[in-house]
Amino acid sequence: MQQINLLLTSLPDGILLGFVYGLAAMGLTLIWGVMNVINLAHGPIIALGMFGTFFMFSRTGLNPYVSLIPIAIFGLLIGILIYTVAVHRVINAPHLSSLLATFSVNMIIIGLGTAILTTSPYNVDFTAGSFKLGSITLLGTRLIAALVAMLFTGGLYLFLYRTRPGKFIRAVANNRAAAELMGIPSTRILALSFALGTMLAAVSGALIATFFPFSILAGGSYELKSFVIGVLGGLGNPIGALFGGLILGMLEGIIPAFLESSWVPVIEFGLFVVILLVRPSGLFGAKQ
Amino acid sequence: MKLWHRYSGLILPILVVAALAIWPTITGKAANRESAFTILKAVALASSLNILLGYTGYVSFGHIVFYGFGGYVGLYLLTEQEWSLWNAMLAGGLASGILAFLLGTAILRLRGAYFALATIGINEAMKAFINNFDLFGGPTGITLNFSVYKLYGGAAQALQTSFYIAAGLAFLAILLSHFVRTSKFGLGLLAIRENEDAAEVMGVFAPNAKTWAYVFSAIIPGMIGVLFFFKNGNVEPHDAFPLHASIELLVMVMLGGQGTVLGPILGAFAYQGMRGYLVTSDFFKDIQLSVSGALLLMIVLFIPAGAIGWLRHRVPTLRRVLA
Repeated sequence: MQQINLLLTSLPDGILLGFVYGLAAMGLTLIWGVMNVINLAHGPIIALGMFGTFFMFSRTGLNPYVSLIPIAIFGLLIGILIYTVAVHRVINAPHLSSLLATFSVNMIIIGLGTAILTTSPYNVDFTAGSFKLGSITLLGTRLIAALVAMLFTGGLYLFLYRTRPGKFIRAVANNRAAAELMGIPSTRILALSFALGTMLAAVSGALIATFFPFSILAGGSYELKSFVIGVLGGLGNPIGALFGGLILGMLEGIIPAFLESSWVPVIEFGLFVVILLVRPSGLFGAKQ
Repeated sequence: MKLWHRYSGLILPILVVAALAIWPTITGKAANRESAFTILKAVALASSLNILLGYTGYVSFGHIVFYGFGGYVGLYLLTEQEWSLWNAMLAGGLASGILAFLLGTAILRLRGAYFALATIGINEAMKAFINNFDLFGGPTGITLNFSVYKLYGGAAQALQTSFYIAAGLAFLAILLSHFVRTSKFGLGLLAIRENEDAAEVMGVFAPNAKTWAYVFSAIIPGMIGVLFFFKNGNVEPHDAFPLHASIELLVMVMLGGQGTVLGPILGAFAYQGMRGYLVTSDFFKDIQLSVSGALLLMIVLFIPAGAIGWLRHRVPTLRRVLA
């Protein structure tokens, strides 16, 4: 009985978190799907999103959900910058090159961030009330975060399937050479895809900052979660990433009811390796 | 003459390790010995990783898992079973080798980035598992009883002995790296790196060759792990499986030149030297990570073959010595 009560409180929380995890993973998997690059600078950008919320909220008192807009724009711009400086030259090189190039961006951001912000934890002191559903209490910040994540997913879907640049992105992901022959400026489209990926990372970081304390190093664990989710949902499948996020969120809600919560990462990463081995295309199918 | 051709690639690597082993003895400073120890450890780890990364072309992002796992097994045997350091080191190396064999048969089927992701996952899963594993002390890890050092002539003497063992292990790693590279087995690995499907057609049995490359690249890290944590006095999950250390190893191999015997040695030397300088300099110490990152980016973008690869390309006459 006690376990069921615990489950009833932790499962909805886990599911709401899962949406935000899914949003972060969507950025990673979009970049992989379009250009076969695993962005190891994903975590630091999530952390930058967190600090974006923190500074705008604590300095100007801006509502965290309003500050999502400047953070999203910042995410787009930094994505374009990273793509041009670090990724473009290695996009056709062996995987090691692109992995190390994005990792060096990770080191640069973390190094500067540590020098300026130190590694001590920060906290955004913001609440959005709570909602009662029978015996379940949902925190307002998490509920809104899940809604925003859904909104962004819907937006991404519409963008990819209903707009011209979105169709260009899918064309380049499918076959870059053929897309180029059809007159699509593939370099610009690749930069745009990378920027969309980092934008999603920054936004998810901004959302996470409203309910968890964080430091400049905090992005690392969300980056690892994004790998797990990306593989669960099929690398290169942005919509699958949302479902992967939900699965991970549910696991994080269910496991603590039966085992000590320190077992959560064991099961997560164990599952990750097993999925890679038996179904590398993910539960919902990767691109192609 | 034939002998010269066969072993000419070994001259420089052995000279470097010998110089590193003698340098602290001549200067007689303990601080020099510590930095030489760090470099020798990096040389051994990077040379081992090179067997998988440089020769076989598989990018392992979690290679440090063998170092941590071997270290844990060794320290467990040292404290709980009271084994000697030598036996514990052998057992640690063996345990890492067996782990690599079991993992290798499973995950080496994955190619490219999928393999890299799987190795990250294994490192994190292992770290999280050891964190919950009571036999290995859970989150607090294993601490050596100080009296253990008495067997090795007291703590000071034990540090000295550990240093010479590290030099020995670095030497062993280089020999292994050289003999793998010059053997028929190594030729098979190079063929897999260039084109795995073509290699299979030409008669290289890829699954076996890859697994053995993985095992060879795991044994010495396991032994180094035991030695380092013996010298350190304790082992904790966070010290044993640091993901960033895995990536530092990749950087060393890239820096010096992957797929060569001398490259990882030079890379380890340069990387540790640069890090030592940046951490202690007044100007760079706060942003040392950023400076290393920017340097890494330059290398990846402009000299992807690494220093030795670049030299071999530019000065063909040196190819025999810079194997």
